[in-house]
Amino acid sequence: MIEVGIAGVKALVVLLMVLNVSVLLLWVERKGSALIQDRIGANRANIFGVMPFNLGFLNTLVADPLKMITKEDMVPAGADKFLHFLAPFLAVFPVLVTFAAVPFGDRLVIGDTVINLQVADLDIGILYVLAMSSLAVYGVVLGGWASNSRWALLGGIRGSAQMISYEIAMGLALVGAVMTFGTLDLQAIARAQGHHFFGVIPAWGILYQPLGFLIFLIAGIAESKRVPFDLPEGESELISGYFTEYSGMKQAAFMLSDFAESVVVAGLATTLYFGAWQVPFLFRDGFHFPGGFVVAMPHLAVVALQFGSFLGKVFALCVFQILVRWTLPRYRYDQVMDLGWKYLLPLALANMLVTGVVIVLLG
Amino acid sequence: MGALLFLVLAVLTVASALTVVLHPNPVKSALALIVTLFMLAVIFVLLEAHMIAALQIIVYAGAIMVLFLFVIMLLNLQNEDPDRGRRRLALRGLAWAGGLVLAIELALLVHGAPVGTPVATPAGYGGAEAVAKSLFTDFLLPFELTSILLLVAVVGAVVLAQKQRRPTIS
Repeated sequence: MIEVGIAGVKALVVLLMVLNVSVLLLWVERKGSALIQDRIGANRANIFGVMPFNLGFLNTLVADPLKMITKEDMVPAGADKFLHFLAPFLAVFPVLVTFAAVPFGDRLVIGDTVINLQVADLDIGILYVLAMSSLAVYGVVLGGWASNSRWALLGGIRGSAQMISYEIAMGLALVGAVMTFGTLDLQAIARAQGHHFFGVIPAWGILYQPLGFLIFLIAGIAESKRVPFDLPEGESELISGYFTEYSGMKQAAFMLSDFAESVVVAGLATTLYFGAWQVPFLFRDGFHFPGGFVVAMPHLAVVALQFGSFLGKVFALCVFQILVRWTLPRYRYDQVMDLGWKYLLPLALANMLVTGVVIVLLG
Repeated sequence: MGALLFLVLAVLTVASALTVVLHPNPVKSALALIVTLFMLAVIFVLLEAHMIAALQIIVYAGAIMVLFLFVIMLLNLQNEDPDRGRRRLALRGLAWAGGLVLAIELALLVHGAPVGTPVATPAGYGGAEAVAKSLFTDFLLPFELTSILLLVAVVGAVVLAQKQRRPTIS
């Protein structure tokens, strides 16, 4: 009974983490893009015009969902009503459950119970992540098809071709990391990054797999369908692509799934390449700095630091994705396909080969 | 608990499999097939075959079925028109006969299957390590042959799809 409760609490924590970071990103994106483009950005949300200063952050967070929820929900004539209704759910669900395999801390000890800070302790963690991300394409495809609209259909077809193409490069990039750590279990991978080279450099995955990280990040951004890979939406050609015919909360669900997907990509990149929840020099009993300098810390503080470190890394990578988005122009469609198949795929294969050779040589 | 779960899953699997065959709309048939494959994956999880379950979703539900849907949408297939022409009727008869033969075969197989007491699976059974070990030792030859077969298929697809080169005038 207690175990079920613990599992429920862990699931809730992770769910709230993904949702909150996604919504925060929405605000960072709006204000950040304004900063990059030398504008002021979202500043209309004010309470009766009497707020002395603009709490853009809080106001936008409250005002946007309120607006979305109260908007009219439209289904276009001739649309497949059932599938039109189902598509937003199919877009959000796989993204949210992906995080179940991602560890957000080492372990929490309360009395005699040891809680592994990961929702689902899977020995095939990475395969689970790939399986769920491969299901994310159906929301896009069905949203495009069920709307009975040419723009939406074009967006859906573009989206499915793009997501399948980049999934391959992403999977092969992950193979390099799996070979390095010798396990598919994400928590084991996180723990394997706990030591230090020469006692000073934290042994994070990016040191073993720099090219793998680059390929993973590019493929991940392409999977989340954001600029420079937002061809499925491409508002200058397709209005807004596969969710052209959606309004209100359903359209918000599609947008949320895009943001949540960038959070998932950031979470995976953190786990595999940036030491997951590891803090440099922090061990289970406190800091051990090089030179024998030791700061002992209580268990709860260590767990909080690790969780904070994970969240901070995830957020930093998310912000990086937003910077990329507002820096680069959109690719042409044939360029997207070329990049995926002619550059990323061979590079990922080469990365695999080199990793294998190095592993064999080092024995 | 396990038996109850299996029962629910089995009913859902069979129902969605029937939908694949009986639904007139090709897109919905394809969707039902995705549900069927997903349910099979869940049944694999119940059987402790985690690795196979993940591969089932990645390969079948996630990749192959997307291509199915993709093609159906590109060709813009409409609802199939039931009972059109004599040829369709003949095909239908053939399908029923084939289905009947399969059903009889299945019944015979189930009837002849040895009934034993269930044995507890060893630790790690069905995980990535166990599957990989048997794949690269006992089943190495079939595994490699399959990969050659797939390679041939890929090369064939590229040859068929490439643009025709103009014959050079000598």
